[in-house]
Amino acid sequence: MNDLRALYQSLILDHGKNPRNKRPMDLTGHDGHCRCTEGYNPLCGDKLTLYIKADGDDITDLSFEGEGCAIFTASSSMLTEVLKGRKVSEVREILDKYLDMLTKEEVTPDPEGLGKLAVFGGVKDFPTRVKCATLPWRALEVILEGVDGNQKIVSTDGS
Amino acid sequence: MTPSPGNLEHGTLRGDFPIFRTDGQDNGLVFLDSGASSQKPQAVIDAVADFYGTSYANIHRGVYRLSEQATARYEEARGKVRSFINAGRDREIIFVRGTTEGINLLSSTLGRQRVGKGDEVLITHLEHHSNIVPWQMLCEQTGAHLVVAPLNDQGEIPFDSFAEKISPRTRLISLAHVSNALGTINPVKKMIALGHQHDIPVIVDGAQAVAHLPVDVQDLDCDFYVFSGHKLYGPTGIGVVYGKEALLEELPPYQGGGDMIESVTFARTTYAALPARLEAGTPNIAGAIGLGAAIDYVSGIGFAAITRHSEDLLAYGTQVLTAIPGLRLIGTAAHKVAILSFVLDQVHPHDVGTFLAQDNVAIRAGHHCAQPVMDFFAVPATTRASLGLYNTRHDIDALAKSLHNILEFFS
Repeated sequence: MNDLRALYQSLILDHGKNPRNKRPMDLTGHDGHCRCTEGYNPLCGDKLTLYIKADGDDITDLSFEGEGCAIFTASSSMLTEVLKGRKVSEVREILDKYLDMLTKEEVTPDPEGLGKLAVFGGVKDFPTRVKCATLPWRALEVILEGVDGNQKIVSTDGS
Repeated sequence: MTPSPGNLEHGTLRGDFPIFRTDGQDNGLVFLDSGASSQKPQAVIDAVADFYGTSYANIHRGVYRLSEQATARYEEARGKVRSFINAGRDREIIFVRGTTEGINLLSSTLGRQRVGKGDEVLITHLEHHSNIVPWQMLCEQTGAHLVVAPLNDQGEIPFDSFAEKISPRTRLISLAHVSNALGTINPVKKMIALGHQHDIPVIVDGAQAVAHLPVDVQDLDCDFYVFSGHKLYGPTGIGVVYGKEALLEELPPYQGGGDMIESVTFARTTYAALPARLEAGTPNIAGAIGLGAAIDYVSGIGFAAITRHSEDLLAYGTQVLTAIPGLRLIGTAAHKVAILSFVLDQVHPHDVGTFLAQDNVAIRAGHHCAQPVMDFFAVPATTRASLGLYNTRHDIDALAKSLHNILEFFS
């Protein structure tokens, strides 16, 4: 219980309860650097829409909409906070580190360079909840790949 | 040994289930997910092990003693199922993998036979996915329409609105005896009678019913009744399709293969009689025998005691849970089995589930393979406590205590 409480304490007391950038974004009239995508976890029903606005290589705004558990909400919220003001070209590295931390056996939590995102490393101790923490990042991955980013629905199944 | 009915209330049956013991001691597991799958009594585990250890061989084939014994035990299990649901004849009992396969068997045989373009298949809004998707697939393949009888706010299917959904194009009705997500008991006997007034065959999905209610298929007069063994304290991978003999006789074969044939040449195959015609290939022999043992176990306790126990836990659980601030019960039908689905104002069901797991309380959090029900109540998911023979009021107290701690933590 202590590990779980400590994990939630660091997540929900802040981002889970008071998510940042939880709002829809109007992307009409913007070019291909501005995208949104939908994420869905068929096992638990968590649904997400992630919005990103970029000016060249600069990410100028991010937001999300969706309802889910505290881990999902905190993960979405922190994603938008951490990436705002970053370069599009930097995102892939952060994304890979984050997903490796949560999904690879050999990677220990709190790796270099993830900063406050390292707190999600603790979710690995609760395997059934890993998808809650990765869903927004899987959605981001779809946007980065840029293939039909406005249509494709990312699912945590098969990931 | 036959347990006495009073033992249910005092939790003595818990001792029949080895999952609750570790190193000879009670391990304190509070198991409230019997709706997903129930735990197995030692009698079932022993029956399966004994069969593999002493009598195993393939059935309906060998002329040697072991095969004869295995065949006899498999057919004896069929007889136990027949008696358990009061079917008229053994040949009306078809073994399948479970409810899902049973409904798929019916959608691809009876459905293909009776449903065509522009026709309608009637289900209800509280079905689980296995009584929705096979019919949807049939409708897509045939150009028929899936018609859904609506829910009310208590989580019931009002009889009048069900009746209104029957049209001259309705060819089949398939409905749950008991809702898995809400615990609602449907008035299936009346619904079946209404279907028959319009000459429509009625399939009853009994997945959630058989562990809680006595089922008499002749009294219900249903045309088909489908259930799984694993929710009835039996093994996984075994289930039952009951069908009225005359209707089963008309069904085309479901799968082709061994056991379901009379003779095979490359020019032509003739099919075996019931029930073999609908049981292609080597079946789950040990599963059927384990299901027979589960039926013996449940019958030994008796439904008078089981129903009383289920009603007591439901009443107590409803009282304890509704006293928790910010807790909303989803599904408050007048007739329910001991399934308590709920949401907390402040905490998502998955967070609730993970915290309960830390306290050794096993519940289901999610959409319970019944997303339309979740959509109706405008919740993404619920936390569901579903109770079984081994549960007592103590388990509900443990759930409530853990929920109070969660609320305190999240407040």
